[in-house]
Amino acid sequence: MEHPNLDYIKEISGGNEVFEKKFLNIIQTEFPKEKEEYMENLESEKLDESAKIVHKIKHKLGILGLQEGYRLAIKYEEDLKYGDTKLQGQFHEILHTVEQFILKIA
Amino acid sequence: MRSIIVDDEASARAIVAELCKTIPDMEVRAEFPNALEALKFLKDNQVDLIFLDIHMPKLTGIDFIETLQNPPKIVLTTSDKNFAIEAYEYPFIVDYLVKPISQERFQKCIVKLNAAFNQVLPFTSFGTKTDRDQELYINIDRRLIKLKFNDILLIEAKGDYIEIQTLDKRYRVHSTLKKIKDKLPESRFLQIHRSFIINFTQIVDIQDNSVLIEKSVIPISRSNRPELMQRLNLL
Repeated sequence: MEHPNLDYIKEISGGNEVFEKKFLNIIQTEFPKEKEEYMENLESEKLDESAKIVHKIKHKLGILGLQEGYRLAIKYEEDLKYGDTKLQGQFHEILHTVEQFILKIA
Repeated sequence: MRSIIVDDEASARAIVAELCKTIPDMEVRAEFPNALEALKFLKDNQVDLIFLDIHMPKLTGIDFIETLQNPPKIVLTTSDKNFAIEAYEYPFIVDYLVKPISQERFQKCIVKLNAAFNQVLPFTSFGTKTDRDQELYINIDRRLIKLKFNDILLIEAKGDYIEIQTLDKRYRVHSTLKKIKDKLPESRFLQIHRSFIINFTQIVDIQDNSVLIEKSVIPISRSNRPELMQRLNLL
């Protein structure tokens, strides 16, 4: 299983540690909110709305170097628009991995 | 280049803003988490460029574009690859960046923007050469002569030959307009007629269907006129 990394953030920052810190703070704030919103929509069976949040989360998976996770999120987002939740379990595993990573770097 | 960033994701705005810092003359005037706030800002402020997310709640990027009366240049930023073809239906959309945006891809976007704005910016932070330094070698009587792009005014097709007019000379070369066009930077040269390519940074004026370059009056064909007008930095 792939693991999140900070390679992309370091590429963008060009070694600017102030930016790196600021950016990680943003991710640490933004990701839990998006996850919560996604879960709420999923529980209310608002799958179209869930798909919109998956769209945003997908970007963060890319930022954290989760290429397989990014690809799965693309598929899951499309599936949700058609009411298909079969990739839910795999997607939630990815969310958990990201959550753990965010806690670790906090 | 005065720009704003419109994206509902703070992380996406932060990345674009950081990438913009590497571009000389790029000024990020403001960032907005939604299109409505950006519209309010644009009522009282002018910008040259908008980095715009497509998928935003309430007012989407496309809704936002439709409301703009005199849109500046726009670069779309999105995680949705499927929208690219539709995006280019709008003439002021210069590029389409898929998130997460790499530094390399952003650099290419800036090259496109420079061409669109008819200006060349030095990419000092990336160490890239500007096309001002570039040159072309032509073969005249078995002698390779160096021509700087800056010095070339225009190129005219004459049967099996082309005639290259520089600031102080004319060169007759056995080649075609198509061949030389492929060697010239698009940011500076443009074909305005089936027989003429011009260095549009050397334009003195444009009147009706002709352009004055130094002392030469060059016809503009009807089909090439829109692209020429689009490249000009019109007030």
